[in-house]
Amino acid sequence: MSRLAVRNAWSAFMICVAAACAGIAALLLAIIVLYVLSKGAGALRPTFFTQIPRPVGIPGGGVANAILGSAEIIALASIAAVPIGTAAGVYLALFGRGRVAASVRFLSDVLTGVPSIAIGVFAYALVVLPARQFSAVSASVALGIIMLPIIVRTTEEAVRLVPHTIREGALALGIPAWKATLLVTVPVARPGITTGVLLAIARVAGESAPLLFTAFGNPQWSVGLTHPIAALPLVIFQYAISPYKDWQQTAWGGALVLIALVFALNLAARVALRSRFAR
Amino acid sequence: MKSIHRAAAAALACAVLGTGSLALADTQIVGAGSTFDNPFFSRAFFQYKSDHPDVTVNYQSIGSGGGIQQFTARTVDFGASDVPLNPNEMKAARDANGAVVEFPVTLGGVAIAYNVSGAPGHLQLSSSVLANIFLGKISVWNDPAITSLNPGANIPNLPIIVVHRADSSGTTYIFTDYLSRISAQWKSQIGTSKSVSWPAPSSVGMKGNEGVAGQIQNTPGSIGYIELAYALENDIPYAALQNQAGKFVVPTLDSVRAAAAQKPTVSPDDFSIVDLPGADSYPICGYSWVMLWRNQADPDRGKQLADLFKWVVTSGQAYAVNVKYVALPESVQAMAQKALATIHS
Amino acid sequence: MSQDSADLVSFRVARRVETGERARSHFADRIFSGLLLGSAWIILIVVCGLLAVLVKASWPALTTIGFKAATLAWSPSDDRYGVLSFAFGTVVTSIIALALAGPMGIAVALFLSELAPKRLAGPVSMLVELLAAVPSVVYGLWGLFVLAPVMRTVVQPALGKWLGFLPLFQGPPLGIGMLTGGVLLSIMILPTVAAIARDVFAAVPIEQREGMLALGSTRWEMLTKAVLPYARQGVIGALVLALGRAMGEAMAVVMVIGNTPAVSASLFRPAYTMASVLANEFTEATGQTYVAMLIEIGLLLFGMSIVVNVIARALVWSVSPKGTRAV
Repeated sequence: MSRLAVRNAWSAFMICVAAACAGIAALLLAIIVLYVLSKGAGALRPTFFTQIPRPVGIPGGGVANAILGSAEIIALASIAAVPIGTAAGVYLALFGRGRVAASVRFLSDVLTGVPSIAIGVFAYALVVLPARQFSAVSASVALGIIMLPIIVRTTEEAVRLVPHTIREGALALGIPAWKATLLVTVPVARPGITTGVLLAIARVAGESAPLLFTAFGNPQWSVGLTHPIAALPLVIFQYAISPYKDWQQTAWGGALVLIALVFALNLAARVALRSRFAR
Repeated sequence: MKSIHRAAAAALACAVLGTGSLALADTQIVGAGSTFDNPFFSRAFFQYKSDHPDVTVNYQSIGSGGGIQQFTARTVDFGASDVPLNPNEMKAARDANGAVVEFPVTLGGVAIAYNVSGAPGHLQLSSSVLANIFLGKISVWNDPAITSLNPGANIPNLPIIVVHRADSSGTTYIFTDYLSRISAQWKSQIGTSKSVSWPAPSSVGMKGNEGVAGQIQNTPGSIGYIELAYALENDIPYAALQNQAGKFVVPTLDSVRAAAAQKPTVSPDDFSIVDLPGADSYPICGYSWVMLWRNQADPDRGKQLADLFKWVVTSGQAYAVNVKYVALPESVQAMAQKALATIHS
Repeated sequence: MSQDSADLVSFRVARRVETGERARSHFADRIFSGLLLGSAWIILIVVCGLLAVLVKASWPALTTIGFKAATLAWSPSDDRYGVLSFAFGTVVTSIIALALAGPMGIAVALFLSELAPKRLAGPVSMLVELLAAVPSVVYGLWGLFVLAPVMRTVVQPALGKWLGFLPLFQGPPLGIGMLTGGVLLSIMILPTVAAIARDVFAAVPIEQREGMLALGSTRWEMLTKAVLPYARQGVIGALVLALGRAMGEAMAVVMVIGNTPAVSASLFRPAYTMASVLANEFTEATGQTYVAMLIEIGLLLFGMSIVVNVIARALVWSVSPKGTRAV
């Protein structure tokens, strides 16, 4: 064989290896998702979404309280993190020069990489210990902090991409800067911002580590902000390691719900982003 | 953005309104601790809720050590532990919030559960073999020391994997208390504690009685210690152990009751009921305890707590048998009621 | 940069317009930009607050134990708080994860950015990114019930048979332990490596590739000799970021690592990691020193993540200024 043929063969071979790696990665996702689907689908009876857990040995029950609890914690975290995060992102994009902006950018990057369990410890020390109570609020504080940097950086990017001519046009018409920002710049950047918010929600919806010492769990209906509250990822963890077969099945059902939710949010984020380019 | 804000506002409104309507009628009592108790507690509190719809109990089984810690930190209303507070913990609690009332709530046995295909439903293990397994000196299932105790059993050549608790656990205390009594080496090298350094090289830690039971189910060759109810409820095989009288005894409600009958009175200072005499006594048993503050800041809540536990240690014991625990002996019920009467509210 | 200066100009123009005509909206503008600045400050406050609270809460351990934490024995009931065995578990599992996910992730990235036809690259990219979105507790559940048995019955016996002469692969196949933890982590960080590396490759100028091809190279030679060297720093940055993620993961690891503070040569053995000890012991630690020591572990994780991020972002930025997306 000629040298060139060897080189070409090697090239083709390595390209196949790279393709195989991509195939394996995609396959892994398929295996995990299909496995969760096959194990979890059986658990998704109607009572799964309408009832609270029964004690061991009494069949039936569901995790409705945990689904509601997760929704409440995430809603509360979003209420704080979305306005602050978008505002900080707009600041970075429009006025983002100088030392403050550089530090904000740097620290929000750092914050994305902080292990979520360390943020849970922080929320415990900051909220749970002084209040002497595990609570929905403390869980929301932890999740909100995790959401913040994601929203900040995606908002900044989205606003930066807005052509400045649009904004200048508005300013030239005599509209004050704050109105131009809120009514012109932000709406144009909205798909990008929405993407960031959805991704942030998807990220925290599956978080379990920081909830261990904040939300704490609750087998009953509870929506009080100052009470321990059930959350879906916590229930999955607790049930997964248990020996009870029906609990394990419930854990798979919960995992299926969680994956479905997270994927839906990710796809929605993609759709939101695409609509920007469609304009 | 606007739509997101609107959705968020709606969610907030729901949360706030929901809090109001649900919280008004409800007293929520929060407890944490022993996983040993959890099947009994979840059953008993479920019953209590249907009898007293205005009182909800949220019990989180995070381990006895966790129960003591969260009780002392006053993040929960009551703690539960299979071991009463030790002097250091008692001092910390007193410094934090004054006197503590402790009383037993359940009686159970610690089963030595295993996952060995081909082995009989109740392997016989002598005290020295048990100690040597957990010391790591016996590391395969077909070791002559095990097979000679179980003639006729077809025990495979499988490495032994010790499953223990990863959290601080009263069940661990009860079990290591027993090992310290039957093995001088265990006593001097490892000792008795809620968490110890496990000497066997193939040892795996899991959280809670739940986690240990689940791990044993999933791991061929494993052996571990769990509250009897977890073994019975999940059909996990468990060993017959040699008691002080030399007999091999399978843990059952009867053999645990027989052991407890050997020591009719217990107190927070003298609580151990492992390795008791009696031909029918199962050697690893224990009471699980609940801790309450003597001085309750909120009188209504204090009264509800006291009422709840007065029920748990008396009529509530009927549900213990349902979920495979032993009902508290009358003498211990009386002791618990006496302790509960000292609560100021 | 041109965009920045254009914004600056437009903002100045706006202010000039306002000062002349609308004092009221000038006032509103100042409130508005004040609000924006305030929100940005909240980020600073949160991160500094995180650091301050963790340092304050771990102070009893930092002062009383100090460097005695750099020992092996972890036995809180005897007041011995050595964290090295946790650090060992964290490092070993992360290295396994990186060793597996690194080459694989880079290959995936090369395939997606350089080799795959567009119609295939899109869907596969999406699948890989979805893999990153699967919550860690779901990975843990899957690891416990699917991966661990496979490791016990297939992978570990095979490794023991063929590579059993190495101390790394000796001992009974338990199914759970450092190797399983590392493999599970590698699945979790694979999409991180792949996604960032893909962005880095995309930033390599097309001239690099064309030049190499023009010299008569094959496609693979073009990738290894023109694209990879150019993107080297960025790829290393991607690996470091993925390493950071692996080191901080708690819930998936706690379910498959075996939770035993031990140091052993065999990867089949159980161990413990810094994040998983927090997950197991934090709610139960009794006594001031014990709690403070666990918070110190949290602080160490925080510090580690800062170091890792600083290194990684510096490397990624050096290649692609746009590599700033929140990953």
